[in-house]
Amino acid sequence: MSSPTPSMPAPEPTPAAESTSVATAATATAGTATATADATEAVVARGVERVFAGAKGAEVTALTGIELAVHDGEFVSLIGPSGCGKSTLLRLIADLDEPTAGEIRVFGKTAKQARIDQSYGIAFQQAGLLPWRSVAANIELPLQLHGADAATRRSRVAELLELVGLADFAKHYPDQLSGGMQQRVAIARSLAEQPRLLLMDEPFGALDEMTRERMQTELLRIRAETGAAVVFVTHSIPEAVYLSDRVVVMSPRPGRITDEIDVRLGDAADRGEDLREDAAFFAGVTAVREALHGPETAPAAGAARGVDVR
Amino acid sequence: MTSAAPERVETTPPPAADPTIAMPGLAASAAPRRRAAGDGPLARFAKLVLPPVALFIVLVLLAELVVVAAGIPPFVLASPSAILDQLVQYAPQVLAATLATGLNALIGLVIGAVIGVLLAIAASVGRPVDGMLAPVVAAVAVVPIVALAPVFYTMFGSTSEVARILIASIAAFVPVFLNTLRGLRQVRPVHRDLMKSYAATPSQLTRLVTIPSALPHFFTGLRIASSLAVISALVAEYFGGPRQGLGSAITTAAASSAYARAWAFVIGAILLGLVFFVLTSLIERIASRHR
Ligand SMILES: Nc1ncnc2c1ncn2[C@@H]1O[C@H](COP(=O)(O)OP(=O)(O)OP(=O)(O)O)[C@@H](O)[C@H]1O
Ligand SMILES: [Mg+2]
Repeated sequence: MSSPTPSMPAPEPTPAAESTSVATAATATAGTATATADATEAVVARGVERVFAGAKGAEVTALTGIELAVHDGEFVSLIGPSGCGKSTLLRLIADLDEPTAGEIRVFGKTAKQARIDQSYGIAFQQAGLLPWRSVAANIELPLQLHGADAATRRSRVAELLELVGLADFAKHYPDQLSGGMQQRVAIARSLAEQPRLLLMDEPFGALDEMTRERMQTELLRIRAETGAAVVFVTHSIPEAVYLSDRVVVMSPRPGRITDEIDVRLGDAADRGEDLREDAAFFAGVTAVREALHGPETAPAAGAARGVDVR
Repeated sequence: MTSAAPERVETTPPPAADPTIAMPGLAASAAPRRRAAGDGPLARFAKLVLPPVALFIVLVLLAELVVVAAGIPPFVLASPSAILDQLVQYAPQVLAATLATGLNALIGLVIGAVIGVLLAIAASVGRPVDGMLAPVVAAVAVVPIVALAPVFYTMFGSTSEVARILIASIAAFVPVFLNTLRGLRQVRPVHRDLMKSYAATPSQLTRLVTIPSALPHFFTGLRIASSLAVISALVAEYFGGPRQGLGSAITTAAASSAYARAWAFVIGAILLGLVFFVLTSLIERIASRHR
């Protein structure tokens, strides 16, 4: 990432109205964002609803009443049980699907315009590599589509391969890589055009614990370097807490946001491995757990070491 | 990922350019085969080719033994040595007949494949086209096309090869159409989403995703079609037309009680079918290397 990246300052503190602290986790008040403020936000969702038409007129409300603002340069995780609409929300932001009600703005533009302007990079839950293209050609795809010249493409691909630790695999094909390596190629591809917004749907789901932790640290570093805003879907509480400035907790049937928890553990750049052992980290894990399950069922903060640290 | 982290335990796959992918196991799936360590390409080739060849030789010797020992008359079962004898003696004729039939099959295969691909594209683009084509193709698929040979001979005249080429192309068309259409429809949703997220134009989507996704399916169709084209072109000759192909030669030889000669032409037919099959299987394998 040595080429001119949009060098952003460290994310600004979140306005108090938008989220709550670890100590006083409470439902966020939303709808305060104004039209003028939209332009400075990476993502704004207002009253977003997505209803899928099911079989025989049955309807599935995948999302309802979604109010969400992701600030420029902010790292926000979406967490919640399976089927609560995390992927759906991400697809709406990416304009791969349209809301049945409400509005989504990305950098002040409509989601569609933002997609056409290539304002975001996306990494899907399945790596989604093109199997007939080599690793290098896969990473190069967005650059090729948008008419970058060969020399630029080559140097950028080399940089990205280095970044995800696959420099020796440029000429390999996806079917010759492990699942985790494929996932890293997909992440490299999503970074190819240095987007100011990264959308990631459980990108580390297929990784073993060691690679996963290394990729998490790496993602924080990339994010600190580029200053990109990140919307990150995950099932893992520790992962969400470790990575995020803010954790958005969702619940299913109908899919909605039930809580937002501020877990700013420190500047992304100096979040080291030892942070995973930190008391603040466990406090964050407990807070998210309580938000997910309700305080009665959650263990006390002291017993947090026993939680689902998968 | 560049830090001094311990070396990860991912397996290092073999290099991408593998010159030995081609030959063995052409028939079966295109699934990537793991190479046993320390097994050279030559050894692998021998391991795959030698057993069937050995079996073939044993069977031929057995047949020879049975025919000679039991005194089976040649019109029941010609002895392998007699067939070989005829094959050598009539080599130019067998070759000429093989080329004649092979040319019909090849032209028919090309025409059938081109039409199959074009109609598959049309059907994949428009649902109404698909609705129109599906029943027609289903009808074509269930009719034994060679049964139409006498009709076509009267339509195009008995001195013309057109009837045979037509039959071969109709036979080849069906599998190419069906497989290509399936391939065109099998663009993975995640790839579609990916291209949409890049705001790719429809032509970029077609060129970079749809066609590469469909190619292996097309070649599978072509492999199936190649055998059908040879069989159809040959069997069509049984119903009349010019007397220069393998089918004509087989009927002529059999009619004059030259059974060993008939078998010699049958061997020509087997070799012709094998050539078509091996070539198309090879292309199919190469096209579906990385799936
Ligand atoms: N294309 C679709 N058609 C119909 N229903 C859909 C569609 N996509 C999603 N749904 C429904 O919307 C709900 C939310 O799905 P979504 O994929 O967003 O969940 P998720 O939170 O990402 O779950 P997971 O964590 O398992 O990935 C589910 O009930 C699902 O059945
Ligand atoms: Mg999902």
